[in-house]
Amino acid sequence: MATAPAISTSERERLLATFPDVFQRSFMQRFGLAIGATLTLIYLTICFFAFNVGPAFMEGRWDRAAIYLQDWYSWRAQPRLRFESDGTVRVQWSSRGQYPADAYIFWLQPMQDGGYSVTYGSERDRIDVTPSLVQIYVNGEAWPVTITADAATAPPGVPPSIVQDGNKVIVDYGFQGSAEIRTNQVFVQRRFLGWANFLFDTQSVFWGKSYGELLALAIYQPRIDPERSNLSYMVDDFLGNKVWQHADILSKLLQTIVMAFVGTLMATVVAFPLAFVAARNITRNRVANWGMKRFFDFLRSIDMLIWALLFTRSFGPGPIPGIAAIFFTDSGALGKVYAEALENVDDRQREGVKSVGASPAVVQRYGVVPQVLPVFISQSLYFWESNTRSATIIGAVGAGGIGLKLLEAMGTNADWDKVAYMVLLILLVVFLFDNISTAIRQRLVGPQH
Amino acid sequence: MTYFDATHGGGTLGPGGSLMLQHYRQQIARRRVYTGIAIVVFLVALVASLNFANQANSGKFFERLPYLFDFITHFVPDSPMDIFRAMFDLPSPYADGSQKYDFTSQRHYITDSFYIPHFIYQLIITINIALVATIIGATLGFLLCFFAATNLVGAGLVRWFTRRVMEIMRAFPEIVIAGLLTAILSIGPIAAIIAITVHTIGALGKLFFEVVENSDMKPDEGLRAVGATWVERVRFGIVPQVLPNFVSYTLLRAEINVRASTIIGAVGGGGIGEVFRLAIGNNHAAKTYAIIILLFVSIVAIDQFSAWLRRRLVGHQSFEFGRGAA
Repeated sequence: MATAPAISTSERERLLATFPDVFQRSFMQRFGLAIGATLTLIYLTICFFAFNVGPAFMEGRWDRAAIYLQDWYSWRAQPRLRFESDGTVRVQWSSRGQYPADAYIFWLQPMQDGGYSVTYGSERDRIDVTPSLVQIYVNGEAWPVTITADAATAPPGVPPSIVQDGNKVIVDYGFQGSAEIRTNQVFVQRRFLGWANFLFDTQSVFWGKSYGELLALAIYQPRIDPERSNLSYMVDDFLGNKVWQHADILSKLLQTIVMAFVGTLMATVVAFPLAFVAARNITRNRVANWGMKRFFDFLRSIDMLIWALLFTRSFGPGPIPGIAAIFFTDSGALGKVYAEALENVDDRQREGVKSVGASPAVVQRYGVVPQVLPVFISQSLYFWESNTRSATIIGAVGAGGIGLKLLEAMGTNADWDKVAYMVLLILLVVFLFDNISTAIRQRLVGPQH
Repeated sequence: MTYFDATHGGGTLGPGGSLMLQHYRQQIARRRVYTGIAIVVFLVALVASLNFANQANSGKFFERLPYLFDFITHFVPDSPMDIFRAMFDLPSPYADGSQKYDFTSQRHYITDSFYIPHFIYQLIITINIALVATIIGATLGFLLCFFAATNLVGAGLVRWFTRRVMEIMRAFPEIVIAGLLTAILSIGPIAAIIAITVHTIGALGKLFFEVVENSDMKPDEGLRAVGATWVERVRFGIVPQVLPNFVSYTLLRAEINVRASTIIGAVGGGGIGEVFRLAIGNNHAAKTYAIIILLFVSIVAIDQFSAWLRRRLVGHQSFEFGRGAA
């Protein structure tokens, strides 16, 4: 503080007298923020212990988290190489069917002696499987695992990526995959970037074709099926993809969109006339105003979840309970907002229309509606945006749509790639609708709203 | 229409006047055509949507409508008092050993004789999930929002990146975050807290940076003139102006988050939402009504409290507007 400017006593007195509220602040003004922050911190600490956050994170299965997250953008082929009694190895695939029956698989090649060789990225990282001996190559170095009737045993001095776990041996090749060597089989997990068979499943004639080939087929090559064009054949096969269920997912997405659209639109249509009853300056009847406002509050205050579950109970899962839930909650919410907008209208326009002898309905039409319509539409658009997001979660509760599909996919813990696909679709729809709604709003009420 | 009509009125218009009138009428006519087209498009979309919804629903609307009333008339507790017995965990006179009338077994004892009724306990969990998520979300949204405001960081990469992060956080489906965390951390409130927090950061961050962009830049200029750093400019030039609005939006968000946390609860986050889903799914009428009343009362109370607090903080500005953005 050596360089602080000197202030004379009289100057100091003058400043103190001129700005008393700057220099003499109340206790709350001085310490309010600190007290509030401390209380909040104490509250958070209590919650930290009450919700058992620490133990939950300690016991969390973070190894699984890594796998689940990798599943979002990559896929695993999971063949089981079973040891047969005749000294050969048989490949058994899971039900997910990522390869057709006799496909050429570059990383899984038969060997001369009836075994199989599985490569993980390069020849230096591979596993050669025969029923009696499994050769593990890590960085070009061979580690033989002997298989007997009751144990698979790794040799001593193996690198850390090979682990002896009871009577089985686990090899970890990082992202490329892993293998579990047991007494009767080798369970291989081989991971690749991207989504397996996203466009066409293995049943399709278009499976395994490059984008160039597909484009050529779509544009000029002769028809595969004389009944229809290659393009429509492709679209049918794409939608009928049994693994990715595009048709199902897209129609569920449409259900969610419909829920939000119809729910909001119907709520708007119902709230519009009711708001005129609720507005004090338009309906000169205190009982009607009060009753209508409490009715709005009632609709609004019953949680969307309650409406959704009630209607799911009576109409069964599907978009109807979702529409009903959004409709009932938002009629109340929109009614309240509309009534507030109506109570803030400029009275001069109404008086002007009234003074030339217009009937009450015409007074509302030309004196009030033009003022509030942009606000009404803009509010409805906001609700539409927000409902597009909440329709997903309402669906998960039981109203159907993409939310339920998401919940099902997550429940299996194996379909995270499908979850990622649906999340992408939802993000796309939300962004699209946000932009449409913003564009409409800006044209209606100018860029400030 | 009440505009001046030259054919019926007494006055006559000059050539300029009639041209204007003609143009005016043309504009009106064109607008009406557009309005008509818009209404028709909306109607068609509505009918098609309703039809699609009805097709996709497992129960058809008109077939199931009579059952709705059946459901309402069948779904009544044995006596109105049973609702309150379920609410406060008092033994029911209808108790027959089944879960439907088992109100007492899930009391949460604090001392030997004093207990918190099960539903109220679950409600407290739900509200606390919302509160914690709001506090953490608002704090992080507060820290982020300054990097998304054009008047503080310019229109460069920082702003672009922060805004995209906020948008993704806002639009990312909450159930996916909750579901992923449930798979990792096992079932519990933490998944719900994090899911709601993420959404809150995005939603509040957007509202916050809009407030920051509308703030008065003169204090900032003054601070810049005396050589304040960026952090000091934000702290003393911007924050004091925007804080009341921030608090108001945060309170509004807290209301929304209480609702969100009941719903997340129903899909596996715990709390009253889950209890409610089970009660209605198992046809436990008294329990269902008890929860509906509890939820209704608590939501009304929270709404009123937050509205009162907001009025005290920022006066009568209507912050209901922009609810969708939140």
